[in-house]
Amino acid sequence: MSTRITYREAVREALREALAADPRVFLMGEDVGRYGGCFAVSKGLLEEFGEERIRDTPLAESGFVGAGIGAALGGMRPIVEIMTGNFSLLALDQIINTAATLCHMSGGQFHVPLVIRMGTGAGRQLAAQHSHSFEGWYAHVPGIRIAVPATIDDARGMLRAALASPDPVLIFEPISLYNMEGEVTEAASAVRLEGAAIRRPGRDLSVITSGASLWKCLEAADALASEGVEAEVIDLRMLRPLDDAMLLESLARTHRALVVDEGWRSVGLAAEVGMRLVEQGFYELDAPVARVCTAEVPIPYPRHLEEAALPSAPVIAEAARRLVGHAK
Amino acid sequence: MSVRTARAGRERVLGLLAAMLRIRQFEETCARLYGEGKIRGFVHLCNGEEAVAVGVMATLGPGDAIVSTYREHGHALARGIPMDAVMAEMYGKATGCSRGRGGSMHLFDAATRFYGGNAIVGGGLPLAVGLALAEKMQGRKGLAACFFGEGAAAEGEFHESLNLAALWRLPVLFICENNLYAMGTALERSQSQTSIAARGAAYGLPSEAVSGMDVFAVAEAAGRAVASIRNGGGPVLLEMCTYRLRAHSMFDAQLYRDKAEVEAWQKRGPIVSLTTRAKAAALMTEEDYQRLLAAADAEVDEAVRFAEDSPWEPAADLGRFVYAEAGSP
Ligand SMILES: Cc1ncc(C[n+]2csc(CCOP(=O)(O)OP(=O)(O)O)c2C)c(N)n1
Repeated sequence: MSTRITYREAVREALREALAADPRVFLMGEDVGRYGGCFAVSKGLLEEFGEERIRDTPLAESGFVGAGIGAALGGMRPIVEIMTGNFSLLALDQIINTAATLCHMSGGQFHVPLVIRMGTGAGRQLAAQHSHSFEGWYAHVPGIRIAVPATIDDARGMLRAALASPDPVLIFEPISLYNMEGEVTEAASAVRLEGAAIRRPGRDLSVITSGASLWKCLEAADALASEGVEAEVIDLRMLRPLDDAMLLESLARTHRALVVDEGWRSVGLAAEVGMRLVEQGFYELDAPVARVCTAEVPIPYPRHLEEAALPSAPVIAEAARRLVGHAK
Repeated sequence: MSVRTARAGRERVLGLLAAMLRIRQFEETCARLYGEGKIRGFVHLCNGEEAVAVGVMATLGPGDAIVSTYREHGHALARGIPMDAVMAEMYGKATGCSRGRGGSMHLFDAATRFYGGNAIVGGGLPLAVGLALAEKMQGRKGLAACFFGEGAAAEGEFHESLNLAALWRLPVLFICENNLYAMGTALERSQSQTSIAARGAAYGLPSEAVSGMDVFAVAEAAGRAVASIRNGGGPVLLEMCTYRLRAHSMFDAQLYRDKAEVEAWQKRGPIVSLTTRAKAAALMTEEDYQRLLAAADAEVDEAVRFAEDSPWEPAADLGRFVYAEAGSP
């Protein structure tokens, strides 16, 4: 049994379920209530759950994220929405200096069961202060868990798993996926906050990615299949912790790996994934690990420059071709 | 009939009206071009707030620095950035005032000391403090004029910036455009102290609430503030009471406010109120109005043509301007 809904609706359903299931759960953020969420995710929830539990906040990211940490310490299960990753930088201090450290600094006495959701990613010509992908950057930090739902099932299921976590979880929702439609399957109710997933099996190379880039990689894989190249596409799902075991298992089958990330190349997620493969799977490799990342510019406004900056299916496919041709 | 209008004189009235009309017609054209897909991204129009831009800019000099927000088309035009370059920026063309890289939210212009279009709410305030600090430390006479919305007054940077500016007696003119809503959130629903002027006063800044719908009131208050700042009196905060007559951005169904409320404010809009008062004072006629409107439309049409005809930046240049290039000042 399955239903077709949008990614946006999947997140909304997850919120509704969480709010209905646990009186300690509440949602707060800018324009989540009366406005219905800047990307319309929380539309209708105010009417259903009231102002106490669907709390519009002032423009004060550091303040309301910090308040979320405090409420979590005090026994609540807050879900804090930050409009986009770029704005989350105003709350960076609270997230990294407080949420991520309290458990350790207190010798395990306190923990922060807080969920922070935010939009991420480019592709809508919103330029350099609305388009960046910081999920890989956050994944640098111990003490928080980083989830990136790329599918409808994960959009529907990850929130429940995050709320069950005793630790702070950041969920990055790719803004370009909100309108994507798909099926919610039974797997959604069993979603876990760990492990990568093979979204397309293949024998010739492993394409490792996350978030909105998953769909570009799948498109590239289709193009490659028509040329007789079978790419295995892996969705990381969690950027912290990373699922090394699955990556290495895939590598042991394909012996080639391409990492695709919407973050910038230097000192980024793709570098980390690539290095883990080299550290632990060096002797499986038939070719150097390759990567496709966003060009190292703040995202520009005009469409042609934004497209040139981002990973795209043709560029991914081309990198894959080079990789499989490499050892021949 | 207002005393201010009567005193102003015909030339002044027509000049201010022309300045507001060219902003209004520019914004209306942007809305149309957005519908046609020529302009993309987020676009925030300033219809209803033209008097603030025009009245404040009229009191500033070329040595002053301007810091603005994503709702900055009016500020940019009133400051004197050529309309061609602003429209080309809306399109993302290479001839745009930010070479197309910024778009609607990120207008920049070194020639007029226009330090942007900042799309991080509150992000511009510390910048203005620093620009003013540079004026002071280098013994120059310029000031920094900083525009922001009332929503920004909830951000920490507002408080940190007011404190810094007051503590160091810096030449900053803080101009809050209080249009009552931050996106869909009404001021009284989101801030415990709804008077932004009272907050300025709390940090020791001379602060005043002004009718932002009356271009003369704006210009007078800004003129007093600028004189006080130039005399070494330190920063001033002006709370301009205004209203945005259009949606927050092009993606806003405006379910958070009544149509009747918007209509009531429309009647008090800065253009209609100036026109009504000036006509009553026999300082202008309907023909004057139509002539200025036609001139504004002609300028906008020309800007659109310029933008349409302009080239894109080559994709090969994607990586430029991440760092200063050789020969940059
Ligand atoms: C730090 C930050 N948080 C949230 C946003 C999203 N956002 C853009 S404009 C806006 C409302 C700002 O209201 P106000 O300061 O009153 O200015 P107005 O838009 O009314 O001119 C919001 C919430 C943002 N751009 N930056």
